[in-house]
Amino acid sequence: MKRITIDHVTRIEGHAKITIHLDDAGHVANTQFHVTQVRGFEKLTEGRPYYEMPGITARICGICPVSHLLASSKACDAIMAIRVPPAGQMLRDLLHCAQIVQSHALSFFYLSAPDLLLGMDSNPEKRNVLGLIEKHPELARDGIELRKFGQQVIESLAKERIHPSWVVPGGVNAPMAREVRDQILATLPQANAIAGRTMDLFKSKIEGFPEEIAYFGSAPTMYAGMVDAEGNLRLYDGKLRFRGADGTIVQDQIAAEQYADFIAEAAQRDSYLKAPYYVPEGFPRGVYRVGPLARLNAADRCGTPRADRELEEFRQRFGRVAHSSFLYHYARLIEIIHALERMEMLLHEPKILESHVRAKAGVNALEGVGMIEAPRGTLIHHYKVNDEGAIVWANLIVATGHNVLAMNKSIQQVSQHFVNGNKLEEGMLNRVSAVVRAYDPCLSCSTHALGQIAMRIQLVGPEGELLDDLRSE
Amino acid sequence: MPQRVLSIRIDGELVSTTEGKTILEAARASGKYIPTLCYLEGLSAVGACRLCIVQVAGIDRLLPACTTPVQNGMSVTTKSPKLAEYRRIAVELLLVERNHVCAVCVSNGHCELQAMACSLGVTHVRYPYDYPKLPVDMSHERFVLDQNRCILCTRCVRVCAEVEGAHVWEIISRGIQARLVSELNQAWGDAASCTNCGKCVQACPTGALSEKGHAVEEMVKRNDNISALAVWRGVEA
Repeated sequence: MKRITIDHVTRIEGHAKITIHLDDAGHVANTQFHVTQVRGFEKLTEGRPYYEMPGITARICGICPVSHLLASSKACDAIMAIRVPPAGQMLRDLLHCAQIVQSHALSFFYLSAPDLLLGMDSNPEKRNVLGLIEKHPELARDGIELRKFGQQVIESLAKERIHPSWVVPGGVNAPMAREVRDQILATLPQANAIAGRTMDLFKSKIEGFPEEIAYFGSAPTMYAGMVDAEGNLRLYDGKLRFRGADGTIVQDQIAAEQYADFIAEAAQRDSYLKAPYYVPEGFPRGVYRVGPLARLNAADRCGTPRADRELEEFRQRFGRVAHSSFLYHYARLIEIIHALERMEMLLHEPKILESHVRAKAGVNALEGVGMIEAPRGTLIHHYKVNDEGAIVWANLIVATGHNVLAMNKSIQQVSQHFVNGNKLEEGMLNRVSAVVRAYDPCLSCSTHALGQIAMRIQLVGPEGELLDDLRSE
Repeated sequence: MPQRVLSIRIDGELVSTTEGKTILEAARASGKYIPTLCYLEGLSAVGACRLCIVQVAGIDRLLPACTTPVQNGMSVTTKSPKLAEYRRIAVELLLVERNHVCAVCVSNGHCELQAMACSLGVTHVRYPYDYPKLPVDMSHERFVLDQNRCILCTRCVRVCAEVEGAHVWEIISRGIQARLVSELNQAWGDAASCTNCGKCVQACPTGALSEKGHAVEEMVKRNDNISALAVWRGVEA
C-alpha cells in the first residue's frame, strides 16, 4: 500500500491536504480530504452579547465576511423577533449580490482560470493569476474589474470592503444615499458586459474538457439550495430545498429554524471539518452538495431573464440535473449574471432609498437561526442566548462543510481516473487539486499561494520508504 | 485669601499658575498636551494609568502630572524619548492584561485606549498576552459591563460616587486580580443603588461599559458634558 499526500492544496481558501492510498498494483484504492485547521468560533463566542455576533463571526473569513455578517444578523433578527424594514431587507440583499459577484469573480478568474485557460498540464510555475495576466491580459483585466466592481459596491454601501459594520441585527445602520445608487447603476453596464464576455469565452472552451466533465465528481448526489415559494433561486432570503439526483424534489420550503430536522453533522476522524448529511438518509448515505451548481439544480429557475436564458442553455447541454462538479465553474458564471440582474432590479425599487432601515429590540426569543446562500453554498448560523442576551451556545454550518462528503467522493473519482501510482506527474495531481478548486472551498479565510505553487507530493512505499518526491517551488 | 501665584517651566517655557494646581492642570491651562487616560476633568485624579508621567528637574523618578502639585520654580519636561517609551510600555501593559480585541469591540474607532495606542505609535506589543477568561455582565436592563475591555481607570467609580452620588462601582482584589464590581460584587442588574443614569458608560474610555444593543463600532461616547457638570458642581478634590 502506497500513499500520496498533496499538502497543501493550492489556490483554495484555507489549508487542506489530500491523501491518496494506492494498492500494490499502483491503482488508487482510497482517498481522503483533510482540513488541517481548527477555528473554534462556536466556543469563543460563548458569553458574548448576541448583537456582537455579526462582527465577531464575520472574522471567520476575509473573502466573504458579508455572508457571515448577513447570516449572523438574520439569526440575531430572530432572537429579537423583529421584522427588518423593507429598505433594510433590500439593502442587505443588494450587498449580498455584490458579495456573490466579487467572490465568484475571485474563484473563477484568480483561482480556477489558470487551470481552465492555461491548461491542467501547463507549466506549474506559470499556472497562476500572473501567468494568466501574461497570456490572456484582457481576460485577467476583466476578472480584476469584475471583482473590483463587487468590492466597490460593498464599500460604497457599507463603508468598508472587508469586515464592514454596516449590517447590524435589525437591518443596516445607515440608509443608502441617492448618489450611491446612481453610481452603482452607472457602473453596472460594464460589469454586465464583462460577465457576458466571460460566459461566451467559457462556453467556447468547455468542449476542451470532456474528460474533466466526465470524471470531476460526476457521481450523482442530492442538491440543496434556497428558493422562494415559486421555486426561483434566492440568495439572501428564501427556504431550503433538497432535490434528488433524479430530479425529484425531496424536501421543499425548509425554514431556517427547521434546519436541524434535516441536516445533522458527523465528526470525522481525520479532519477538523464536520461532515453534514441529510438526516432522513442518514450518514454517510445522505450526501448532498451545495453552492452554485447545487443551487441551479435545486431551483426551478433563476427568476431573472438573462440568467434564465443561460440556465436554459446549460440544462439543454447537461441535463435538468447536472452532476459534474466541473460545472460549478459554469454555474458560478450564471450566478454572476443573476446577481447583477438582481442588483439592477433592487436599485430600481423606489423603497430602497427609504430612511427607515433598522428595527430595534431586545431579547424576545432565546434561540435564533439565520440561513443564507453564501457564494459557496448554504450558510447557517444558529445561536441560543440567555434572558440577558449572552450567547450560551452557537452552531455554524459553513457552506464548504456541506460539500465535504461530495468533495471526498469527487477526489476519489478524479484520482482513480487520472492518477497512476507507478509514475507521478504534476499534471495528474493538479487535477486532483483542481476538483477541490471546482467547489471553491473556503476552508478559512485566506489564500497563501498567490504567484507560486507550493505543492509537495510524496509517494511512500509499504515499509514507509520514500519512493518518489515531487516538489514544485 | 487669594492663592499664591507660582512660576514654573514646562518644556522650557515659563508658565504662571496658582498654588494647589497639579502639573497637568498648569500644562493644560497653558495649552500644553500631556496624554492621559484615567484623568477626566472635573473628577478627582488618581494617577492610575501612568500615561501622564513627566520628568521634573532634580527628581530622578518619573511623576504623574495629574496628581503632582506644582511648586515654585519647578522645571517640567513633558516630551522626551524616555517618556515616550515609558508611555508606550504603559499602554502595552494595559493591552496585554485584558482581551482588547478592537476589531469586534463596540467602541472600535471611538476608543480612547485605541486612540492613545495609535498616537503613541504602539505598533506591536513586546509582552506576552495574558488572555484572561473574563465574564461579561449583561444583567443590567440598559447597560453592559465587559471586563475584557476594562483598564481599571476608575473613571466610572469616581463619576458614580462624585457626580451621581450613588457609589455603585468599586474595585476589588489587587494587582492583576483587580476587578471592577458593582455594589458589593453582585450583578449590575441587582444593584439597587444604581440609578440607571449612564454616566459611568459615558465616562468609560473603552468598550468596558456600553449601552446594550450597540453593534460593533457603534458605541460613541460623550464625556465633555460629564466634565462640565462635575466642574460646575465643584466636585474636583
